[in-house]
Amino acid sequence: MYQYTRFDNKNNIFQKIINLDFILLSCLLVLGFISLATMYSTDGGEILFHTKSHFIKFVIFFFMMLTISLINIKFWFSLGYLSYAIILGMLIWTINFGITASGSKRWIDLYFLNIQPSELMKIFIILCLSKYFHRMKIQHVNSFYAVCFSLIIIFVPMSLVIIQPDLGTSLLIAISGIVVLWFAGLNHKYFFYSCLLSIISLPIIISFLKPYQKSRVLTFLNPDRDPLGAGYQIIQSKIAVGSGGITGKGFLKGTQSYLEFLPEKHTDFIFTLFSEEFGFIGSIILLLIYAIIIYRVIRIGALSRSYFAKLFCYSFGTSIFIYIVINMSMVLGLVPIVGSPLPIMSYGGSSMLATMIGFGIVMSAKTHSQQSIA
Amino acid sequence: MINLSDNVTKLNSLNRRMFILATAKIIILGGIVSRLFFLQVKENKKYLTLSDKNRIREWKLPPVRGEFKDYFGNTIAGNFEAYQLHIIPEQVEDFRYVIYRIKELLDLTDRQFNKILKKKDEIKPWETLIVGDNLSWEKFSKINNHLYDLNGVKPVISISRDYPYKENFTHVLGYVSQANENDISTNDEIKEKFVPGLKVGKTGLEKTFEKKLIGSNSVERYEVNAYGRRISQLAFQKGDKGQTIRLTIDTKIQELTNHLLKDKAGSICVMDIYTGAIIAMHSSPSFDPNSFVFGISRDEWQLIRNDPMKPLVNKSLSGNYSPGSTIKPIVALSALENEIINSDFTVHCKGHKNPLELYGQTYHCWKKEGHGFMNLKEGMKQSCDTYFYEVARRLGVDKLSVTAKKFGLGKKVFRDLFDIEKNGLVPNTQWKKNALGKNWVLGETIITGIGQGFIQTTPIQLCLMTAQIANGGYKIYPKLIVNNNEKQDDKFTPLYKKSKNIKIIQNAMFSSTNEIRGTSYRSRIDDPKYRFAGKTGTAQVKKITERDRELDLKTFEIPYEERDHALYVAFGPYKSPRYALSIVIEHGGSGGTVAAPLAKELFKIIIDRHEIRKNYDNKKYLDI
Repeated sequence: MYQYTRFDNKNNIFQKIINLDFILLSCLLVLGFISLATMYSTDGGEILFHTKSHFIKFVIFFFMMLTISLINIKFWFSLGYLSYAIILGMLIWTINFGITASGSKRWIDLYFLNIQPSELMKIFIILCLSKYFHRMKIQHVNSFYAVCFSLIIIFVPMSLVIIQPDLGTSLLIAISGIVVLWFAGLNHKYFFYSCLLSIISLPIIISFLKPYQKSRVLTFLNPDRDPLGAGYQIIQSKIAVGSGGITGKGFLKGTQSYLEFLPEKHTDFIFTLFSEEFGFIGSIILLLIYAIIIYRVIRIGALSRSYFAKLFCYSFGTSIFIYIVINMSMVLGLVPIVGSPLPIMSYGGSSMLATMIGFGIVMSAKTHSQQSIA
Repeated sequence: MINLSDNVTKLNSLNRRMFILATAKIIILGGIVSRLFFLQVKENKKYLTLSDKNRIREWKLPPVRGEFKDYFGNTIAGNFEAYQLHIIPEQVEDFRYVIYRIKELLDLTDRQFNKILKKKDEIKPWETLIVGDNLSWEKFSKINNHLYDLNGVKPVISISRDYPYKENFTHVLGYVSQANENDISTNDEIKEKFVPGLKVGKTGLEKTFEKKLIGSNSVERYEVNAYGRRISQLAFQKGDKGQTIRLTIDTKIQELTNHLLKDKAGSICVMDIYTGAIIAMHSSPSFDPNSFVFGISRDEWQLIRNDPMKPLVNKSLSGNYSPGSTIKPIVALSALENEIINSDFTVHCKGHKNPLELYGQTYHCWKKEGHGFMNLKEGMKQSCDTYFYEVARRLGVDKLSVTAKKFGLGKKVFRDLFDIEKNGLVPNTQWKKNALGKNWVLGETIITGIGQGFIQTTPIQLCLMTAQIANGGYKIYPKLIVNNNEKQDDKFTPLYKKSKNIKIIQNAMFSSTNEIRGTSYRSRIDDPKYRFAGKTGTAQVKKITERDRELDLKTFEIPYEERDHALYVAFGPYKSPRYALSIVIEHGGSGGTVAAPLAKELFKIIIDRHEIRKNYDNKKYLDI
């Protein structure tokens, strides 16, 4: 009792600021700077729309993250179910009234900005499931009821995103949820069996895929199948990365992107451009920064007192890691092309908003690491 | 406490799983790094090449074609600066306005205008649209004066083929025109150097020497973006101009031949009897090869193609004519060589009332009244047919054909130089059996003796034949190209058995031109400097019937297609022969009245030019 009061007393704003994880913050700032420089390069060495917009978003969301981190983790805990429900509502709204762009309905118009709820869901599903498992006794985690309920929590948003259609994001949502289930202590055999099941059902799933998705998978298996069509992205991306060499072609000198051979260079293929201009060394440094960030996130989780904070930090860190791995494997031609942005680096407000909210909550767990949640 | 221990198990499980995952993460990260290493370090070279392949593109420019020069170094096929008008559609703000303005300025017809609009739709907006390909200076400067109004229009000076002597050299040089599918597929050199708008030789020497003339492309290397648009020029590699080819032809004489054959169909060939150099070779009518350079208009093409005088045919090389009496020197020579007759051999020509009769067929001399008693010299001089009927009958066609072939008849004179050159035909008994499956009859020998029947020769063959008689009976190899490296070969192969025989023939030809009653006596030149010897020929194109003989029509009274071909072969100056020539006028009438007078005019110039030619050679050696 004594301890609690002592910490309660000292938990003023000043103390909270001191308790911020400055290594994580500075890594995020460096990453933000790198992403701005890369965006500047995609604009052809001029400050154009993408650079400006990315800069404004980064600054706003960075300060939003700081604000979130100063709010007590208990508040975010209490918001778990509600925020999930709100995002779910937004997803349903999207299906009916969303903005259609390049063949899929992904955005909703909030008058002052267009938002992509599926990106937000990637974070809030972690928040929701973390809250769900926080209260649960270890014996109940593997109960039929708990498993079914958590799977429903995952499948509802996932299916809402699939019908947009946006296979990539729905997969990332599912992965985020499954990561939480893993950390919550779900029996290994479930994972094993579901893996087996999905491998067996893979041909059936492929037969249900849309033609463009099918061609992506086939193209991944053999990019030379249609070098000017579906294979074009993978081939050009590999050429860009490969031609970068050890030191890269130099800032603003990436011919593949400058001469518009690279598709989607602002978003999914931003790493390709970075890798072309800064080479192997630059890419390793970027990976290192990401590694430090993820390490700090997990460390914060490890030092947190509450189970909720731990579960959230671990799951969030792991999810970020998986997003990075999927994005990089995709541009390096290791997995088929699925639309998945590189956190913070890629252009896209909703993705950055979601990532920053996540880091905010993690930071809040840091500043309130001694806070226990009933 | 139970609650607490439960929490502890939960936390333990969480931390354990975190540890498992952290290990997995490090392995996966290692995988990404190794993939990066593979792409960026190990396979770097391969991808760097691919990246350069992506961004660097080369544009070939049309090569500059080599020139043709005449013997004196005058350019007879050169290059000129063509004024062109280029538009890059995407650089034009208001294409409609600009194109209508240009139409106005250049006075384009609706057909030309629509062609341009059609072409514009076919190309990409950043590719060059050629609006005018060969503008006059007036139009070009007019455009230049209005450039302020024509945004995006580029006046360009490009290099194109020019034939300054127009129709004079058409049949020797041929002409160039846009390369088509056929040119590209048959000639690898063209295929390699092809660029849109490349002009290649279509006929004549332009075609034969394509490989030497074509030169090599200049190459512009550009950086391009993913859509193929040029971003910046990286390099410019200048190509070489094609080789210059010098001909043995003298433009002055060539022009004279063209002038002499004006409004006639026929050919004149002039040859150096020692070197075999062609001094002039012209086929008439001719046409202006410049019309083909930028594509000939349909009307003009129809006009040329449907002309009854056949301007497209090179009559010097591919015109097969019966040699008529111009074969008589060879018939006589063959008979002398085979010792069938001697120069005193005499035949009595009795005129039309008493023609030679053989197996029911009658063979008339051209002279109604008959020539009386003829020896070799007189027979040749007056071109007595009856005399040569008898000589041919005694000689036989096989022996005649051996001599004729020896002197260059019946085979291509330039071998591979022109693909249109014809062989001609020197018949013998074997040939007829093989080709027609019938036996030779004596009557055919008789008419072969006066150059009628199966025998066919081209004008250049007749010229070569005359040259080889004129030089004393030695073999020469006609040539059109001056080859500086070629050593003068002084060893001539004799074609005769007894050089006396050649002398007899030369004398007989001399008398034909320079003695009274000679068939070309009226065309003689008395000045010994220019005096020449020759033999006339009048080749029938159809059999003369009894009715024709009774009517005895004048040439102009007979339909054009049925008129005789007029031929003349000659060499001069008689004292020390240097040049031989052959003249063929299609459907011209009698050789003595139509063809021989041209020789008179030619020899004056040819012999005057000989001095200049010699001086030019000497000066050339002094320069070295």
